[in-house]
Amino acid sequence: MKSWELRTAAVTAFVLLVVIPCLNVFTEPGFAFHVSDFTINLYGKYLCYAILAISVDFLWGYTGLLSLGQALFFSLGGYMMGMYLMRMIGDLGQYHKPIPDFLVFLGWSELPAFWRPFSSFPFAMSMACLIPGLLALVFGYLAFRSRIRGVYFSILTQALTYGACLLFFRNSLLLGGNNGFTDFKFVLGHDLRSPATQRGLFMATALALVLVYTGCRWLSRTKFGLVQRAIRDSENRVLFSGYAAANYKLFAFVVSALIASLGGVLYAPQVGIINPSEMAPEKSLEAVVWVAVGGRGTLIGPVIGAIGVNALKSWATRAYPDMWLLILGTLFVLVTIFLPKGIVGLAAHLRTFLRRRFKPRDGEGDCDTLATPAQEEPLVNPK
Amino acid sequence: MKSSIMKIMCGFAAACLLLGQTVQAATVKVGVLHSLSGTMAISETSLRDVLLFAFDEINAAGGIKAGGQSYMIEPVVVDGASNWPLFAEKAKQLLEQDKVAVVFGCWTSVSRKSVLPVFEKDNGLLFYPVQYEGEELSRNIFYTAEAVNQQATPAVDYLLAQGKKKFYLIGTDYVYPQTTNLILYKYLLLHGIPLENIGGGLRKDSDGKVISAGKYTPFSHTDYQQIVAEIKQFAASGDACVLNTINGDSNVPFFKEIAAAGLSSADCPVVSFSLAEDELRSLPTKDLVGELGCWTYFMSIKSPNNKSFLGRWNSWLKKQQYPGVVKQKRAMDSPMVLSYNGVNLWKSAVEKAGTFDVDKVRTVLESGKITFDGPGGETTMQKNHHTTKNVYIGETRANGQFKILKEFPNVVGEPFILDDLDKKLTAKGH
Repeated sequence: MKSWELRTAAVTAFVLLVVIPCLNVFTEPGFAFHVSDFTINLYGKYLCYAILAISVDFLWGYTGLLSLGQALFFSLGGYMMGMYLMRMIGDLGQYHKPIPDFLVFLGWSELPAFWRPFSSFPFAMSMACLIPGLLALVFGYLAFRSRIRGVYFSILTQALTYGACLLFFRNSLLLGGNNGFTDFKFVLGHDLRSPATQRGLFMATALALVLVYTGCRWLSRTKFGLVQRAIRDSENRVLFSGYAAANYKLFAFVVSALIASLGGVLYAPQVGIINPSEMAPEKSLEAVVWVAVGGRGTLIGPVIGAIGVNALKSWATRAYPDMWLLILGTLFVLVTIFLPKGIVGLAAHLRTFLRRRFKPRDGEGDCDTLATPAQEEPLVNPK
Repeated sequence: MKSSIMKIMCGFAAACLLLGQTVQAATVKVGVLHSLSGTMAISETSLRDVLLFAFDEINAAGGIKAGGQSYMIEPVVVDGASNWPLFAEKAKQLLEQDKVAVVFGCWTSVSRKSVLPVFEKDNGLLFYPVQYEGEELSRNIFYTAEAVNQQATPAVDYLLAQGKKKFYLIGTDYVYPQTTNLILYKYLLLHGIPLENIGGGLRKDSDGKVISAGKYTPFSHTDYQQIVAEIKQFAASGDACVLNTINGDSNVPFFKEIAAAGLSSADCPVVSFSLAEDELRSLPTKDLVGELGCWTYFMSIKSPNNKSFLGRWNSWLKKQQYPGVVKQKRAMDSPMVLSYNGVNLWKSAVEKAGTFDVDKVRTVLESGKITFDGPGGETTMQKNHHTTKNVYIGETRANGQFKILKEFPNVVGEPFILDDLDKKLTAKGH
């Protein structure tokens, strides 16, 4: 299938990893195709959102689990990276003390014990895997063992992220309270203010996105991927065929939490702030909307959705500061009514339409139109 | 004959060209960065409106005169949408893409914290208009806002003078109330209030040092029954008061509970630091009659300056055609006036510097000579990026206005007061 999808993905990867950074470095601001430092930073942020969107789709589009708390794992990744970045500020903060400003502010004179290891980048990164991973493992284990499904699973994940949001708001947690972490200065010895560092972060994000994309694509083609989609289409049949559906779902949940966390890790240094409002339920809902707009059940769909919707939002909040919510809202309504399979679905529709029109007898063309969840891969009934 | 007609025509054309050039004045882009949607929109849209009013007023009077030329202000309004990372993105957009000369904006401390690195990186200029906790001084931000010593500590001075001996501290759990209450706790100790007369509880670190004072509830908290019962017990002696830093809609259940418990403003007044005329529009003011407020501007100030300001504001509201600006039932309050003052302070500084260049404008602003005679009285920008202004204590009335009880003239804004208080306390042997 999908030689076109593969081709599109390869071209996109090339554009992201090579063309855009080159246009940023080697062209002058006057040049028509120049990519400014502002744009590269902005797109770095969109790509982080794209990674989050893939993690949502991996659960929703491929496993049939609609998680409304995916931004929690994203934020946890951001917080772990943020803790490392806070330590890298050194004594360049407002108070010129060797500990983060908000701790000085709360009356601390030395670093609390759990903060200390975060001066090490590898430790922070392992925590960025471990904490979201463990949380997903425990929560998923409890939820799937109790056979919590459908809307109940969605409600629980939403409650989880809201609970975490309230917890992180508290100053006594010593993670910056309402303000969170901000005013980062250095990452791995590079000045975050320099365009070169931002470009490097953009490229790292693009690379991460490509890897996540290929990883998920590969996974969806393994036997695991088949069972995963079988669970989505009819969980009871999978259960009666002797598969431990709960374990498959748990694995998918943990993997998607790790993907989201990776997005968060790259997000914090590019945006320059991470705080509990990232865990608010509406952030996770937004991610679901990106997936729906882009086209769920495909891997390219969430990427298109996340970048498209956010680019539109960036443009509209400047061009129509009073109307942008209406513009975006109308778009979502229209997409849900007229394009149930999202933007990617539209492309597939058009292809079928064109093929029918111009090659009425070419039966092979149909293979290419199977980008929709229900038909994507013909399921073999497990024996 | 023919040639003279030609000459006249040529002269006329040349005159038209010249005239056209002088009429078509240059423009300067100015950024407005507030939340026009999301949870903060209810407060922040009013600031957008008053900024547009200030720009229109300046443009109508011939714009900003810098370096022998007049510049019309061209506002670039963006929506931060109560979304803090979006605030950072919009700040970058304003500075790097639109290349605005200055930005007026932000309400919450977290939005200011999120744009601060952007302004420092791109060497931008931000005017911040809302009361805040201090403990910050960026070379790229000018704080027309009330510092803690221009709101909370004068209120305590007033209450001490009224013979109050017991103080209960309550707030929403985030940075502004936490810092304000910590400062107030130290300030009260310094003024001889014994520890047992400061209500709300203390939290200490392992060395026994107090790191937080007062009672805290989360955002949107609704159940104040137990806390108000505690306050009632605390206030039984009749010489107590409450210092309230609760933010937003939690004030409704809080004041309802206070009224239900029969705590009258005569026995135990509540002074609120986050409720101004604009917020009172959406609160049941009958529960708040007689309670106190403390700001550097009240709509009820009876000066000719304020009267003319409100008159111009109201006629502008009727005439203006901006999308999203509500015309009816508008109030004026301190954050709005401080936004207005910010625009005018910046204008004077630019005119004095003769350029929009950020470094030169900053030098002029820091000189301590830029003064604006605003609706709340005269205000001067100081070297420490904060302003001097008059502080007023007012009593809430049923119509959502304040009756002014006391005025502290020309209070000097000071962002860092915790350290100073600590030193004075140590000197006193605490």
